[in-house]
Amino acid sequence: MGLRDEIDALYARYAFLLDEGPIAEWPSLFAADGSYRAMTRENVDRGWPLALMLCESRAAIEDRVYAIENLAMTIPRRVRHLISGFMIEEMQAGAAVTANFAMFETLDGEQTQCVAAGRYRDILVRESDGRLLFREKVSIADSAIVHNSLVFPF
Amino acid sequence: MSNIRSWSTNGTHRVPYWVYTDPAIYAQEIEKIFGGRSWNYVGLEAEIPNQGDFKRTSIGETSVIVVRGREGQVHVLRNQCAHRGLQVCRQESGTTRAFQCPYHQWTYRLDGDLSGVPFAKGVGGQGGMPEDFDRKDHGLKKLNVATRHGAIFASFAFDIEPLENYLGEKMLTLFDRVFPGKPLRVLGISRQRIPANWKLMFENIKDPYHASLLHVFLVTFGLFRVDNPSRTEMDATGRHSALISQRGGDRTASAATQEMSSFREKLELRDPKLLDIVKEFPDPATVVMQTIWPNLIVQQQANTLATRQIVPKGPEAFDLNWTFFSYADDDAAMTARRLRHANLMGPAGFVSLDDSEVMDLAQRGIHNDEDAAALVEMGGRGTEDHAHIVTETAIRAFYAYYRDAMAL
Repeated sequence: MGLRDEIDALYARYAFLLDEGPIAEWPSLFAADGSYRAMTRENVDRGWPLALMLCESRAAIEDRVYAIENLAMTIPRRVRHLISGFMIEEMQAGAAVTANFAMFETLDGEQTQCVAAGRYRDILVRESDGRLLFREKVSIADSAIVHNSLVFPF
Repeated sequence: MSNIRSWSTNGTHRVPYWVYTDPAIYAQEIEKIFGGRSWNYVGLEAEIPNQGDFKRTSIGETSVIVVRGREGQVHVLRNQCAHRGLQVCRQESGTTRAFQCPYHQWTYRLDGDLSGVPFAKGVGGQGGMPEDFDRKDHGLKKLNVATRHGAIFASFAFDIEPLENYLGEKMLTLFDRVFPGKPLRVLGISRQRIPANWKLMFENIKDPYHASLLHVFLVTFGLFRVDNPSRTEMDATGRHSALISQRGGDRTASAATQEMSSFREKLELRDPKLLDIVKEFPDPATVVMQTIWPNLIVQQQANTLATRQIVPKGPEAFDLNWTFFSYADDDAAMTARRLRHANLMGPAGFVSLDDSEVMDLAQRGIHNDEDAAALVEMGGRGTEDHAHIVTETAIRAFYAYYRDAMAL
């Protein structure tokens, strides 16, 4: 399998675990020292470091997932990620990847709406066992305004 | 103007649902509260540090420009060309030397004065503005501005008390606790549009009763709990308030946690750095949530500091703009900590996510049942300060002032 196919499979799995579950397996796509940031373009453009979600380790990503599943009081919903337009720069032991994303959300009993659209700016790392994982995942939403609550990562 | 509504009970231990839904009430709020004798929060000076830096925001339904002028002073201008009413500022933020309307290129200085009108003298002896047209009379509307230790407030009223008197001594002391006058640094802004009436946001922060029940994070990790030493305080008018609390020393269950279904004794974080709280204020309080009439919440919880600005968007929606900040003299570790603790707050916050969901459900429940009323009797029916947080007194005090301001 070529690098592009491998990356395509990784992002397909990323979307599948968030959309169809089990979301508890989603952190396994990150390296142990991997990070996840959900940001807005407003903050990125102004050089402000604030994230909507900031996980600086796989452990913190697991905490976020546990909270989504068990702790947060939310109106029931499901999400759908569409990811396309990969641009890939191969690096030693990994790759830098950017791609477009859109995340749709469907609250119980309501119409689907787009909660975020934007660009991923990610660094992938090749583990010693050969797997390709996220070392740095930065998801940047074009709109600064979240419709009510952001429950799932985009 | 006589009101089409009347508040049928004495006191404010009942709040009629029409205050959250009626467009006529909303229109009066825009005029009397946001457009009246109130100091509205519009941003931090650190967002516009240099000459010509500006941001666009709103007071009530009115778009305004907050801009740093030539001599370093802050101006707040109505974003409306004096000619045909267009918004002259089309960006959320930026740096400029002047504001120019795109339609007929009327140009305004940073202080709002009109500096240029194309063809004012006509062209080839034809047309032009009348003889008595004076640019001095046609600037951008200037609002009254007050700043306090890096926070910017504006008012449409000029016959309003100074900001310090408006806050009152008790609330000013709490405000200065977070804004001591040290230079601030903006860490970022989060924005959410919540499908609920703007007052429900204030009530949420004035309601410590829910915090010990709804929020698993607050309860389980002792960040804010009814069995912690706490106080609920208001200013003399009741319009501002503060919830002040001290984190419990341990996570043991108590008599009170028996009633908290959200208490999880065995819950552990896999990455405990989320709650590596460092004491930074001289007093023992670990959380102070202050609400300042009519549109500001000042948040200090753990090591996260933020202002939350409320911008109403019709009777059944509002925008909540969170500006997270640090002190310019924080070291790198403290900055990183503040950013981590920000996970508790904002549109995806481990704590505040529950609140935006609950406000959505509240508005859905209230909708189309205008003659019913909320029951607000925890801690009695009065509006006095309490040395605990098992109370809704701050909500009652808020509505006592609201009724007065709205003549309801």
